[in-house]
Amino acid sequence: MTQVIAKLGRTTLFLLREMGRMLLFLGATIAWLSRPPFRPVQILKQLHFIGFKSSFVVVLTAAFTGMVLGLQGYYSLRKFGAEAALGSAVALSMIRELGPVLASLMVTARAGSAMTAEIGIMRITEQIDALDTMAINPLQYLISPKFVAALLGVPLLVAIFDVVGIYGGYLVGVELLGVSAGSYWSSIESAVEWKDVYGGILKSFSFGIIISWICCYKGYYTRMSAEGLGTATTEAVVLTSVLILIWDYFLTSVLL
Amino acid sequence: MIKLVGVEKTLGGQAVLRGVDLEIPVGKLTTIIGKSGEGKSVLLKHMIGLFQPDRGEVWVDQVEISRLRGRALNEIRKRFAMLFQGAALFDSLTVFENVAFPLREKLGLAEGDVGRRVHEKLEQVGLHGMGHKYPAELSGGMRKRAGLARALVMEPEIILFDEPTTGLDPLMAKTIHDLIVDMHKTFGFTAVMVSHEIPKIFDISDWVAMLKDGKIAAMAPSEEFQRITDPEIAEFISVGGTVTLSPGARRR
Repeated sequence: MTQVIAKLGRTTLFLLREMGRMLLFLGATIAWLSRPPFRPVQILKQLHFIGFKSSFVVVLTAAFTGMVLGLQGYYSLRKFGAEAALGSAVALSMIRELGPVLASLMVTARAGSAMTAEIGIMRITEQIDALDTMAINPLQYLISPKFVAALLGVPLLVAIFDVVGIYGGYLVGVELLGVSAGSYWSSIESAVEWKDVYGGILKSFSFGIIISWICCYKGYYTRMSAEGLGTATTEAVVLTSVLILIWDYFLTSVLL
Repeated sequence: MIKLVGVEKTLGGQAVLRGVDLEIPVGKLTTIIGKSGEGKSVLLKHMIGLFQPDRGEVWVDQVEISRLRGRALNEIRKRFAMLFQGAALFDSLTVFENVAFPLREKLGLAEGDVGRRVHEKLEQVGLHGMGHKYPAELSGGMRKRAGLARALVMEPEIILFDEPTTGLDPLMAKTIHDLIVDMHKTFGFTAVMVSHEIPKIFDISDWVAMLKDGKIAAMAPSEEFQRITDPEIAEFISVGGTVTLSPGARRR
């Protein structure tokens, strides 16, 4: 019994220490953002990696998500004779929830895992120590550009996801199943309000922070072995995905 | 001068350094030897603030650096350079960009001056014309030489070498040693090297120190060190380069 309590205590202390270190990491990264040099070239490179290179998988996911929403929505709404509301159902689902959440999960899987692996390898091969010895802060040089790029890139990808998803719903609902194009677009126009769009943008900004924060943190403090790096990458993807879903719930409950 | 006073460090629950007292002579090449896993690299990293001691002090001239952070520590680090065991070149940059990196980041020189200084250093380490290659395209020895060029390019007062010849063939190890000695004579920096290359290190070092059981067991000028009679130290430095065969494994 005492062993169980001791183990519980050790685990609790470990978790508290880990959370404290994660918050300090985030605080230090934000603090370094405001100090020159600002490294625009590094930020653009990261924006290209996180944003542009994730666009294909985001478009693909968005198209099929919109198409399946169109399909499911059409048969559900038809039972009530409300097929004309298909556009609003697809658009609201996309803009409020599916766009920010699914696009962020795709970015986590594609770019977040790569960030963890890249930073982790730099840690294992002492490249981060080399930066330190040159009196260059690794948080400023390595992490800050990724942080800014995720902050800018994720909302842009979410916007693309929303548009492509709505067109995916249009393709299935209007072109395949025969809903009137006019009612599809007009129901979107009447149902979607600016606060839905703002809410989606706010979510995507916060998800961008979560992705860069957790994935960079896990790489930065990886254990010095190949196995440790593998574990760090897995933990980064799992923890980021779970945090996105939990944070989405809290943000939705505040925004609604 | 670098001076360590009663430095203790525990890593992963294991006491690695147990009260290291060490003074590194200015302008000399000092080599730290010791068994694998004794904590030689950990000791080296304390000198540049990559590790903070649990107890004890690390002095660089008149500054105690073990509790320094941020800008104050960076000011001290500007006097140092370090050649890491695996060279620690940045994968995403070419050799030229790696060597130019500290110049661009810290000195903000004009590109013409950067190019001139980088080419000069690459030539000195025998990597002329290799600037366009990426670290992944280089052999182990070439990576070490590129790392050496990066360490030298800022013309620091102190250079730390963490096992600069580990994993290299004897010829390449000799090339790296010769380069270090040449550069040391030319530029007169204070050098601290961690190495296993016994007996070679006695030819190139001014001073030799041995780390044993988390403490400095002995430190003396190179020639004097070889005459130490302590049985464990004598055994350690005498087995370098020899092979002890078990009775069943005698050569026919």
